[in-house]
Amino acid sequence: MRKSRQATGAGDVWFRIGTGLFALVLVLIVGGIAVVLWRRSSLTIARFGLGFWRGEIWDPVSGEFGAYAFIWGTLYSSFLALAIATPVALGIAIFLSELCPRALRTPLAFLTELLAAIPSIVYGLWGIFVLVPAVRAFQMGLPDSVRHLPVFSGPAIGVNLLSAALVLAMMIVPFTSSVAREVLKAVPPAQREAALALGSTSWEATRVTLYYARSGILGAVILGLGRALGETMAVTMVIGNTPKAAVSIFAPQYTMAAVIANEFAEATTNLHVSALVEIGLLLFAVTLAINILSRLLIWNMARERTVRVPAPIPAGQAG
Amino acid sequence: MMTSPRVRRLISNTMMGLCILAVLIALVPLAAILFFVVSRGASSLNWAFFTELPKPVGEPGGGMANAIIGTLIICGLGAMFAIPIGVFSGVYIAEVRESRFGSIVRFAADTLNGVPSIVIGLFVYVLAVMPFKQFTALAGGLALGIMMIPLITRTTEELLRLVPRSLFEGALALGATRGRAVFSVIVPAALPGILTGIMLALARIAGETAPLLFTAFNNHYWSTSLTQPIASLTVQVFTYATSPYDDWHRQAWAGALVLVSIVLLCSILARLATRRLERMHG
Repeated sequence: MRKSRQATGAGDVWFRIGTGLFALVLVLIVGGIAVVLWRRSSLTIARFGLGFWRGEIWDPVSGEFGAYAFIWGTLYSSFLALAIATPVALGIAIFLSELCPRALRTPLAFLTELLAAIPSIVYGLWGIFVLVPAVRAFQMGLPDSVRHLPVFSGPAIGVNLLSAALVLAMMIVPFTSSVAREVLKAVPPAQREAALALGSTSWEATRVTLYYARSGILGAVILGLGRALGETMAVTMVIGNTPKAAVSIFAPQYTMAAVIANEFAEATTNLHVSALVEIGLLLFAVTLAINILSRLLIWNMARERTVRVPAPIPAGQAG
Repeated sequence: MMTSPRVRRLISNTMMGLCILAVLIALVPLAAILFFVVSRGASSLNWAFFTELPKPVGEPGGGMANAIIGTLIICGLGAMFAIPIGVFSGVYIAEVRESRFGSIVRFAADTLNGVPSIVIGLFVYVLAVMPFKQFTALAGGLALGIMMIPLITRTTEELLRLVPRSLFEGALALGATRGRAVFSVIVPAALPGILTGIMLALARIAGETAPLLFTAFNNHYWSTSLTQPIASLTVQVFTYATSPYDDWHRQAWAGALVLVSIVLLCSILARLATRRLERMHG
């Protein structure tokens, strides 16, 4: 190891220690978040155990805390948002990396990134005053036969799961598409060129690229999911904040992040604080898991040096 | 089963058309949001907005002067906390390459970047609000600072890696220690980029609301004290937007316009600066 021997001069040691200490603070903060949240939620962990996540009643006044409705609302809104956002985000990524004329690429990429720069509170404000009335009008315009289906049932109030999912989708599109674009950039151009040389149409060549990049793209989608799960302000403002799990996309619901935002500053009992912190702990754990998973996927793809032969392109598959 | 070339071309064109459609779909909300923020914000924005304190319910007029100052103070505190940690951690990851601790730091930075901002608020509440039984501007700054660190760390790392290795080797050949080579050769070369990264990070945290809700809290009065609750544009917009009063809604749109202008201006400036840097470094 020539490198490490080179680094043994006194000045080098101080350089390592000096910058290393700052880096240590960074690591300690992340570790600290886990420890602090764990300790502050010990009260509810001890009292309710796993029942906390299954309990359907959330009543701070009588001291009964079950977080099922928040988990339901978080997962429902996030996955609905993901279902809306993923095709759009991938479409953008494909367009920008495969087809877009060079002159348009930079301004378009910039515009989609501007979407990511708009603060969450502004999405929320826009959601309350523009999106929510639009969703209400949409619901009232649906034919009666559709409105009787359980998924679409409920009074037309506008603040509901669908509004939350739409806002979330808008917020994760720029994020997912920019990660997916990076992933597509990492695909060796030979993949695409070989497909074209064999007579592929440009979509077939794109499919070859996508196939090569599949695990990285999955990573990008999962990162988007992570964003959606933790998003707070915009969702809080349009989801209706009702702790009741429902299948209807027109029902007001609640998410984990939203309940923390709404109740924490006013939580007076230790048990209430502990319950909210435990929800925060779960959000942190999910973030950690998602980060690990998506990294493994993206890393796995970028490291893949062997050129795999994708499924035969022109025949069979293309139709 | 062979598909005819004409069908294949048709499929190809359809799919490519769908991709273009996706771009258009994404641009619609951007246009819609900017349109509403500018049109509703501009009609409610006036001089009083920047110079006056919020008026009580029922009295028209008033402004967000205290919230604007508050946001500046909290962001400044956050930057003072985050810049040293972020920059030096970035230097560590970029320049101490063979250590295993470096990859732990990088992983920690990525994780921190993904942690929902509301969770950071909880953490800071337990750490810096509970012991003193007081919401403070300092706690708000700490929360925003924690959010800034990973952004600064990763940009610093990336930009240091852009600096040609030959500069570093040249410095070593002249007898410099690694630390000397990094801080008098590499870091200065990357400095404009690092500053841009810091500005982008500032733009991002200036728009944060969730971590301030129970750290800096809010304040309807003029306050620049670091040990008192302090107002911020974002929390004020949230309070006004979720209130039932028309006049407050107007104020919220004006606040949103100010926020979006700050954030977009920073992003655009940073973007222009990075593009120039990328061209410089090839």
